[in-house]
Amino acid sequence: MNFEEGLRLAYQTVKSNKLRTFLTTLGIVIGVMAVIGMMSIIDALERHMTQTLSAVGGSVFWVQKYPAVRIGHLDRKYRNRKNITVEHARAVKRLAKAVGAVSPEFYTLGKQIKYKDESTNPNIIIYGGDENWAEVNDRYISEGRLFIKEDIYHKRYVAVIGSDIVEKLFPFSYPVGERIKIGNIRFEVVGVIDKKGEIFGNTQDNLVTIPYSTFRKVFGTKRTINIGIKAKSVELIPEAIDQTISALRIARKVPPGAENDFEIVTQDSIMDTLKNLTGFVFIAAVVICGISLLVGGIGIMNIMLVSVTERTREIGIRKAIGAKRKHILFQFMTESIGICIFGGIIGVILGVVVGLFISAALKLPPTIPVWSIFLGLGFSLLIGVVFGVYPAMKAARLDPIEALRHE
Amino acid sequence: MDALINLKDIVKTYQVGTVEVHALRGVDLQIQRNEYISIMGPSGSGKSTLMNIIGCLDSPTSGRYELESTPVHEMDDNQLAEIRNRKIGFVFQTFNLLPRASALHNVELPLIYSGVSASKRKVIAEEALDKVGLSDRKNHRPNELSGGQRQRVAIARALVNNPSLILADEPTGNLDSKTGEEIMRVFGKLNEAGNTIIVVTHEKYIADQASRIVRILDGNIADDLQLEEN
Ligand SMILES: Nc1ncnc2c1ncn2[C@@H]1O[C@H](COP(=O)(O)OP(=O)(O)OP(=O)(O)O)[C@@H](O)[C@H]1O
Ligand SMILES: [Mg+2]
Repeated sequence: MNFEEGLRLAYQTVKSNKLRTFLTTLGIVIGVMAVIGMMSIIDALERHMTQTLSAVGGSVFWVQKYPAVRIGHLDRKYRNRKNITVEHARAVKRLAKAVGAVSPEFYTLGKQIKYKDESTNPNIIIYGGDENWAEVNDRYISEGRLFIKEDIYHKRYVAVIGSDIVEKLFPFSYPVGERIKIGNIRFEVVGVIDKKGEIFGNTQDNLVTIPYSTFRKVFGTKRTINIGIKAKSVELIPEAIDQTISALRIARKVPPGAENDFEIVTQDSIMDTLKNLTGFVFIAAVVICGISLLVGGIGIMNIMLVSVTERTREIGIRKAIGAKRKHILFQFMTESIGICIFGGIIGVILGVVVGLFISAALKLPPTIPVWSIFLGLGFSLLIGVVFGVYPAMKAARLDPIEALRHE
Repeated sequence: MDALINLKDIVKTYQVGTVEVHALRGVDLQIQRNEYISIMGPSGSGKSTLMNIIGCLDSPTSGRYELESTPVHEMDDNQLAEIRNRKIGFVFQTFNLLPRASALHNVELPLIYSGVSASKRKVIAEEALDKVGLSDRKNHRPNELSGGQRQRVAIARALVNNPSLILADEPTGNLDSKTGEEIMRVFGKLNEAGNTIIVVTHEKYIADQASRIVRILDGNIADDLQLEEN
C-alpha cells in the first residue's frame, strides 16, 4: 500500500475523532513542549554565561572568602574562615612572581546615593579599589578618569559612578566634577563607569567605586575583601595561581596538609560550576520529559487499541478484499505515528513559544536550539513506532471471517 | 480443460465449548469456467461456510481445494490474501462497504492492495461503476446511497480486479424484491460477459436464473441440478 493512502487514512481518523485525538496527544504535546522549552532555556543560559564570562579578562583570577557560585545556604565552613585582608593582597604581590597586577577590592551593599535633592534607591554597591580596579574588573571609564595612586595615598573622597546612578541623579547634566553624598559623606565624581547592562535581569551598573583607603576610613576595616589578580601573561596563569595559593597559605598560616581556607575563582572555575548546574537541570529535564513522553506513549497505545477494536469490521472488509497483514500493519502504524508527529509538531510550536517567553522573562537572548526541535520530533516518531506496533500487530493478525462477524 | 474449482471431501467443524458443530461434512464439488451456480438450502445447512471456504476467507478443517489447479488448502495467510485480491470478488448480504469512503474509493480499494497506480485505479474503478450503472453516484458515501445502489457498489468492487470468480452470499437478502431483481439482472449480464458466478439464495425465482442449482442439507450436497438454458 502506498504512503499517501496511509496518511489519508490517518488524517481521516484524526479528523473524525478530533477531541479524542487531541486528548490522546496531550501527553506528547506536553513532553515535547517541555523538551524544547527546557533545552532553549538551558541553551540561552549557557550561551549567555559564555558570552558574559569571556568578556572578563582571560588572565584575571580572584581570591575570595566565599565561592563564586553558591547553591543553597551559605555553609558554616565558609563563614568561619578568616577574612581576606589587604595584607594578604600584599603578600601575593610580594611572593608570587608570575603575578602582574594585584588589586584588593572592598565592597558593601545597599547604600543610597544623593545629589542635591535627588537620591537613588538604597541598592547601590560601593566598591573600594585601587588604580587597577577597572582593569581587573573588565570595566572602562567612559567619562572622566579613575582615581590614581595619589588619591589612594591621600585617602581622597573621589568616586567613579555607574550609569544607573548617572541616569537617576544626572539626567540632564554632566556628572564629572559634581559632588554626591554616600550616606552623609561628600564625594567628588571624577569618572563614569561604562554601561554593562543586565545579566540574568540584574543590573551591573548600580555601583560606585572609591579608593580602598578611603573605603576603609568610611566603612571600617573589619571586613573581608576580594583580591583581583592579573597574571603576567595568559600562559603564566597556572603558575600565578600556584604561587598565589602558596603565598596565601603562608600569609594565612594554613597548616601543611590542610585545605585552602579561601577560594580561587577563575573564569573556567565559574564556567565549570555553572555547567554543572545546567547539567543537573538538563538531567532533570530529561527525566521529566521522559516521564511525560512515556505517559503520552501509553495514551497512544490505549487509543490505538480502542481504534482497532472499533474498526474490527473495517479490518475484516479490507482483509476480505485482499489486504495483507503488512497493509493493515502499515495502516495502523501510519496512524499512530501520524498522531504522535501531530502532537510533536504542536509540542514544538508551544515549546518554542514557551522558550522565547521564559527567555524574555529572564532577559536572556532568545535562542531556539534547532537540534531540540529534531529531538522532539524524533521522540514523537519513536513513541509512535514503539507504542503503535502492538495495536497494529493485533489488527494485522485478525482473522478475516471473525473480523467481518464483529458487530 | 481443468475445472476452475475443485473441492474434494471438504470438512468444516467448529468447536463451540465442548460441542463440535459439523458445518460441512465432506463436500465434493467441481465448478467450470463461466458457470452460473445457485446454492440453496435451509438456514444453518452450511451454505455460508462453503462460500467462505471457496472465497478463501476461511480454511477447511480437512479436504482439498484447488482453484485453477493451484492447491489453496496449502496456502498461508499472505497467499490467501493475494488470491482474495486477484481471483475472487465477494459480494456480501450486508454490503460491507467502508462507511467513510466514497463509492469510487470503495471500488478502488482492491486495486490499492494489488498495487495499481492512483491514476490507473481511478479509470478502472470508474469503468466498474459504469458497468453497474452508478457512474453518477461515484462521489457519494454509502449512507447517501439506497440499499440497491450500495449492493451495486459492492458488485463493482468485486468486479474491479477482473476476478476468475464472483461469489455472492444472499446478495438480495437485505433488499426488496424489485431491487433484488435488478441486482440479479446485473449478475446475469456479468455471466453473459463471461464471469463465473456463485450465488447463495433462499428464493426459488432467483435460483432459477442460474444454469445450475446446488442444494445443501446439513453440511452435505443433497442435490446438484443442471438447468436447461432458458
Ligand atoms: N463461527 C462459528 N462458530 C460456531 N459455529 C458456526 C460458526 N459459523 C457457523 N457455524 C455453524 O455452522 C453451521 C452452518 O452455518 P452457515 O452460516 O454456513 O449456515 P447457512 O447455510 O449460511 O445459514 P443461513 O441460510 O441462515 O445463512 C450452523 O449450524 C452454524 O451454527
Ligand atoms: Mg448464510
